[in-house]
Formats: sequence, C-alpha cells, structure tokens
Amino acid sequence: MKIAIIDTSTTRAAIISDGLREAGLVDLVVIDPAGPLVAQVEASAPEVVLINLENPSRDLLEDFFAMSRALARPIAMFVDQSDAQTTMAAVDAGVSAYVVDGLAKQRIKPVLDLAIRRFQAFSRLQTELAEAKSALADRQTIDRAKAILMKRRGLDEPAAYALLRGHAMKSNRRIAEVAEAIVTSEALMGDLP
Amino acid sequence: MSAETFRIGFVPLVDAALPILAHELGFAAAEGVRIELMRDVTWATVRDRLLYGHTDAAHLVAPLAISTALGRDRPAVALTVPFVLGLNGNAITFSTALGEACGLGDSLGDPIALGAALKQVAAQRRAAGRPLRFGVVHRYSSHNYMLRYWLAGVGIRPDDDVAITVTSPTFAADALAAGEVDGICVGEPWNAIAVDRGVGRIALATAQIWRRGVEKVLALRSDTAAERPEALAALLRALHAAAEYFVRPDTVQNSAALLARPEYCDAPVEAILRAITDRIRVTPGSAPIAYPDFMFQYREAANFPWRSQAAWLYAQMVRWDGLRFSAADAATAQSVFRPDLYRAALAGSGAPLPNASSKLEGALDAPIGAGSTQGRLLLGQDRFFDGRAFDPDDIAGYLAQLP
Repeated sequence: MKIAIIDTSTTRAAIISDGLREAGLVDLVVIDPAGPLVAQVEASAPEVVLINLENPSRDLLEDFFAMSRALARPIAMFVDQSDAQTTMAAVDAGVSAYVVDGLAKQRIKPVLDLAIRRFQAFSRLQTELAEAKSALADRQTIDRAKAILMKRRGLDEPAAYALLRGHAMKSNRRIAEVAEAIVTSEALMGDLP
Repeated sequence: MSAETFRIGFVPLVDAALPILAHELGFAAAEGVRIELMRDVTWATVRDRLLYGHTDAAHLVAPLAISTALGRDRPAVALTVPFVLGLNGNAITFSTALGEACGLGDSLGDPIALGAALKQVAAQRRAAGRPLRFGVVHRYSSHNYMLRYWLAGVGIRPDDDVAITVTSPTFAADALAAGEVDGICVGEPWNAIAVDRGVGRIALATAQIWRRGVEKVLALRSDTAAERPEALAALLRALHAAAEYFVRPDTVQNSAALLARPEYCDAPVEAILRAITDRIRVTPGSAPIAYPDFMFQYREAANFPWRSQAAWLYAQMVRWDGLRFSAADAATAQSVFRPDLYRAALAGSGAPLPNASSKLEGALDAPIGAGSTQGRLLLGQDRFFDGRAFDPDDIAGYLAQLP
C-alpha cells in the first residue's frame, strides 16, 4: 500500500514516515514541499495521501483529485470516511487523509491511527520546545534584572534575587515578569540619576 | 461551549470583514453573542473545521456550501446559509505580459472587447503548445464560475482553450510572479497586492461579469442552525449591524486598519482601503480608478440569501462538472439558502425584508422597487455582461441556451 506524505514541516514528515516504517508500512513517498505538488503526487500514484490540515496546497490537491475522477485517471482519491470517530480525531490532530477508491477500510485505520499519534507527539514536542525556549528567556531576563539591582542598589547576588522574589510574591506576579519590568525601565530610564 | 459563542472560520480576505467587525467593534456583544475567529489559508480547511466541529460557522465561498450539501467529492453534509456576507469584490488580474498581449490600457477592460483580444492570444498560446493558465481560489468558488462564465461567453472554452488551476488567494500573487499562471481571479486585497508588487494588472472586476453576483456566505451545519435558533438570530443581527457600519464613508479608515492586522488579512492598510472604497489601482503606480459597487456588502438587502442565487450556482456546477441536471439536486441546493432565517432574525429591525425568496437574476436594466414585508426595498441595475438572465424555475432551459 503506497502512502504519500505531504507536510509543510519536513521534520514532522520524517517523524511520520519513521513511524509508518516501524509499523511495516515501507512503501512511502515524502513529497518535497518545494517541488511541484501535483506532478509529484501523480508520478507516485499513492493509495493513501496524508497531508497536514494547515497546508496551503490543500485546495489545489483536492482539485487535482476531483479532476482525476472526472477524467477517470488512475488516481481517484476521496476524503477518508473510514469511520467518523477516526476522521474527527485526525482533524483534531491536524492531519487530513485521502484514500483511493475501493481501498479496504480496515487497511486505512492503522495508518491513520499511527499518523494521529505521530502528529500529536510532534505537537507535544513543539510545546515542550517552546516552553524550554521561554524558560531560557526567563532565566536571561532574571539574570539581567539581578545585575541591574546589584549595580544600582549595591547588593550582592543573593540579596538581589531575594528582592526580586519578595516583590514578585507581594505583587502576585511571576519573578520573570518583575524582572522584565526592571529591564524595561532600566532601558528607558537607566541614564537618569 | 456556551450557547452564545460562535467560533467562525475565515480566510484572510477583505470580505471576511463582517464577522471581524462584529467581533472587534462590539456589534456581537450588543446582541449577547461572542465571536471567536479562526483563520485558515485554504477553503478545504475552513470547510473541514466546520464539518468536524472546530468551528460553529464559516465565512465560505458560496458554491462550496452548495457542493458540500450535495456531497460532491465527499459524503453530503446538510448546510445552512442564512446570511450573505457580500456580493462581488473580486477581480481578474493578468500578468504584465498577458495584459500587453491583449492591449489593455490604463483602465479596466471591457468584457466583450477584452474577451475578443484574449481569445486570439489564447489560440496562439494553445497552438504554441503553451496554453494560457488561470488560477482561481477553489474549484467550488464564485471566482471559478465568474471566470468560466466570462470565458465561455466570449468564445473561449475553459479546460480546452485555456487551463484553469487552483491557487490559494494568499499565494496568488506569487503564482503570477513565478509565471505559474497568466492570470488570477481572486478576492481583495490579493489583486491589489499583485499590482502593487508590479507582477500584474487588473483586467476586469467580477462585477463587470455579473453586476450583483453572490460571493461569500455565512455557512453553518444545519444541525447547529436548528439547535441554536435564537443565538443564530442574534449573530445575524450583529452581522447586519456590522454591514451597516462597514459601508459608512466615515468608518472606512477604521475598518481597513482592523482588517490589515496580522491576525486577520496581514496585508497593507492602503490596499484594503482601496477595496473598501471601491477604488481600483489597475496598473502599478497609477492613480486608483473609482468603480462603484466593486464590493457590495449592505444596500439593497445584499445580505439576503436569495434561493435563486443558490440555483444559479447549482446551474454552474452542472455546467462545469459535467453533471446531468437533477430537479432533486436543484431543490437541495436551493434549500441551503435560508431566507426564512434571515427574515426571522431581522423582523422588527427596520431592515428591508423582501417578500419573495427567489428572483430573476441579472434581469434589471434599471433600479426597481421590490415588494417587501418590512422597510422599502429598491434593487439596483443587475445584468450579466452577455445580457442573459437566469430564471431559477427553468434551470434546464437556461443550461440549454448557454454556450
């Protein structure tokens, strides 16, 4: 069963194709997002197409499938309708599937289930990455605020941090928010006595 | 989800204005509804989010609502269109080279004269083995049907003499710049942006093809519409108030600035302002030309979902998908448009409410008063460029006399 993967994220495309391969589905084509989409799909003649929901080429792809049906070309793809629950889970995960006419439903479900899990894993990964990035940014802001307090108030580092932390607790804000305010006011008014 | 919230999907276009303004300017809040907007760049995704419950309503190209209800390309899902978000507002933009080859000057083309010139160029390009290619935003879009109506009407056979492909509106200018297409038929601000980038020139406004052509609609799943009639009526009143605001000359700067924001059109304010004020910059660097009713969002009960508009779209679907006319499908298509819901929402508001639910389309040479149960309704001049009118009671006869 030949599966084509169309994704604006090459990382996610790789994660999905790895998953499918591990599950023994080895007949895969990863469509190059920089190349001509329709020509690549037509040439690879897939039986299942997985595409990310937010891909800007979805309207073009559906038009191609519709024309291939009208002209009775070999690739006559339909929106997957194997079961409503799975289709909904797929849309929730951010993936849309098209299947060739006549493909047995029980053959599609494992592919889609796997794609859903991989899409979800990828989005968890992205959230974690974003959180890690923001934690790093917080750390840097706090360090800069501490340096400002040490210089302007003549404090040592533990005292500067205690001041930040104490003010955050009193004002019911995150330490990083208080630090951000200090860095901003220093940038605007640091030259004033 | 609270009963008062409507999550509404949209594609970044100037004619997504009404739900955006209703949300931003408090028209929704005044009616006790909350709008959450969800932006997508393809109609396929806007439709999927509507069908699978990510959204409650959608800004949708009108033919896609019909094709979804008829189960073209997918299992049928009953949809309800209680409100038209606007008429026209699209344009056909040629690449600079095609504009020159067709002898376009500094103004909008004349549909018939330009069609004759285009026919010659199309024949040359076809003979040279490089047929002209036009990009439209979706197979089931008014853009596709307007373009095809015009081409066929001037003797150019779509799919045979010229190729028609699909390109996302936000990428249409890129497709023109890259030479992937020779022309595009898209909504604003994407024509204006193609001109401002120097990659094309506007050849025709779609209002020149059909003066009062139906464009975007508000679509809901019919089960949603049936479950939440009062909330829906409140939403329609909010959209109607937003439409009244949108067409006021003193509000255009504010509307343009709102629509330009990154979370909406993410486009230059100036390009959006031109569309809203019916001014078209035809060629790069030139002074914009005033073209009245380029976009049509409010007057003449523009938001009223005429069943005859749905019938016309169905007729074009039969024509271009090569279907056999079916009276049952025609009835299903027309039943998607729900003038009864529009009337129920706006009864007592002073908005003009037409008596009839259907009319002859493109059959008015001059403005005419129309029967209304509430308010005074004057319908403006409305013609197709070839002078044909559409009678929704005789779709088969209409189809038989089309080229």
